[in-house]
Amino acid sequence: MALLKRIWLFYYEGFKGMTLGKTLWTIILIKLAIMFLILRPFFFKRELRNFPTEREKGEYVIDQLTKPKTHIWQLSNNQKKNKYDISFIIKAL
Amino acid sequence: MILASLSKLSRLQFALTAMYHWLFVPLTIGLGFIMAIMESRYVRTGDPFWKKSAKFWMKIFAVNFAIGVATGIILEFQFGTNWSNYSWFVGDIFGAPLAIEGIFAFFLESTFFAIMFFGWNKVSKRVHLLSTWLVAIGTILSAFWILIANGWMQFPVGMVFNPDSARNEMVDFWAIVTSPVALNKFLHTVANCFVLGSIVVIGISSWYLLKKREERFALSSIRIASIFGLISLLLLIGSGDGSAFHVAKKQPMKLAAMEGLYRGEEGTPIVAFGLLNHNKRVEDIEANPEKFASEKPYLFKISIPYGLSLLVDRKLDSYVPGIEDILEGGYLYTNRFGEEVVAPPMSERMAKGKLAIEALANYKEASTVGNEEAKNLYRQQLEENFSHFGYGFLEREIDSIPNIPLTFYSFHLMVALGFYFLLFLAVTIYLDRKRMLAQSRWFHFVAIMTVPLVYLCSELGWVVSEVGRQPWTIQDLLTVNASLSGVSSSMVATTTTLFFILFTLLLAAELTIMFKVIKKGPQIDDNN
Repeated sequence: MALLKRIWLFYYEGFKGMTLGKTLWTIILIKLAIMFLILRPFFFKRELRNFPTEREKGEYVIDQLTKPKTHIWQLSNNQKKNKYDISFIIKAL
Repeated sequence: MILASLSKLSRLQFALTAMYHWLFVPLTIGLGFIMAIMESRYVRTGDPFWKKSAKFWMKIFAVNFAIGVATGIILEFQFGTNWSNYSWFVGDIFGAPLAIEGIFAFFLESTFFAIMFFGWNKVSKRVHLLSTWLVAIGTILSAFWILIANGWMQFPVGMVFNPDSARNEMVDFWAIVTSPVALNKFLHTVANCFVLGSIVVIGISSWYLLKKREERFALSSIRIASIFGLISLLLLIGSGDGSAFHVAKKQPMKLAAMEGLYRGEEGTPIVAFGLLNHNKRVEDIEANPEKFASEKPYLFKISIPYGLSLLVDRKLDSYVPGIEDILEGGYLYTNRFGEEVVAPPMSERMAKGKLAIEALANYKEASTVGNEEAKNLYRQQLEENFSHFGYGFLEREIDSIPNIPLTFYSFHLMVALGFYFLLFLAVTIYLDRKRMLAQSRWFHFVAIMTVPLVYLCSELGWVVSEVGRQPWTIQDLLTVNASLSGVSSSMVATTTTLFFILFTLLLAAELTIMFKVIKKGPQIDDNN
């Protein structure tokens, strides 16, 4: 118990005595809050979360790897022509 | 068309966040050792000057660490959102090193970090010194596991592909950890961090000399940093040689792009300096072969005879394949199993890749209907062709070629800067020995201007490594396009913009706080 108290006091006094450290910790906490409370839940949803089981995730990825959309050698000629349409890329940007 | 824009945006986002992350990490690693060396001197001599010196560099370390911490987490976010196929495909191979990094190395740093900052006058000198060294070592352990993961991307080993789950499963942990590509990459990257840390210390110290402040502190810091930096630079050059050796064996197209080498020969020279001919475009290999053949690769170059052969094979007369040779095949090379074989043409690799992809699709169909005989047949077909799996995703043979100008110029500028740093550190040590540092104002300006150059060099190394490995996320097994998620391009564009704003603000905050700390200085009386 005494050891735990000493450890607690060590950190408590350390944090209390910080000067530059307070600014740095403020930046760290703001940064982590933005990353985990805003970016992660709203902008970085894991695509495979839509598949509840490992089996379904695996099947989805197999479909992604083996289905035609990634293979131009299976596209029609018109689809091949549009593949590198620069105006579309610019619009997307 | 959707795929092309999504691919470009996702790559841009990853590159942007990785490059921002890499602004902070090298200084953390490099400075960690320098402050530990200074504190060691304090414990050995008892001179409070060294304690104050170490504490000042710890402040710089703390600012950099605080701003940089968690910038790498954004990269992990992207794996799940933008690169879900890749994340799944790599299975536990990628996740395990990252998990070990997080659990082991980060906790080591964090625990002893507190003792390092809060423990002055509370723990014994030796315990405090041990904590500082463990923080420094912790940063290197973090780097080790991350680079093991990246090394596996460049040279995948120690795994077996499971067609039922479409995941690579680790079967030999030690093969992954002791991969020569990963170990060399680790040495090279850490040496780069040490050089960067040293040059930043010299640059900041030179600013003090320019302002005629903190002279003893500045001269002592420069002395330690220059010696540490020079030793590290020799390690950097040696491991750079090792990198080229491994790249030649495992990623020959990357090496060819690094050198702008289209046609190899026995006794291939290395380009010391060159300007590429931008009229020689890889698109013309298929679209206009006559034009392509007529255009010379370089507008101008200075070569070192036999240099590339010596670099990649330690022999003057070795054959080094160029880009066209790799597309055409037919030359002898040593494969990943150490066997000397004839390189297949790209068309054959792509055909085998397509067979592997079709086998996976058919295996899945056979599994669904419960046809065991067909499953075994397609499994065998998949296993026979799996080493070329990624080639099945290539649309054209020339898609196997990375961006040549970007790879070439990044590589050559990086090497040139490396040799400049060698000269710079040698001159620094010379001036120090001659007791001329304090009054050499020209040197102070040069040292300050060298600081952004070492950051540039550090970033260029990653450009060579990661642009040079295109189109692969996993060499030979998975292309960038096949790695992508089905997210919308507009979402990726939005998050890229958010990152750019957030990371720029962080960088501005770091620089502002760092400059304030530097301006305040260690406040060590020069008479002590």
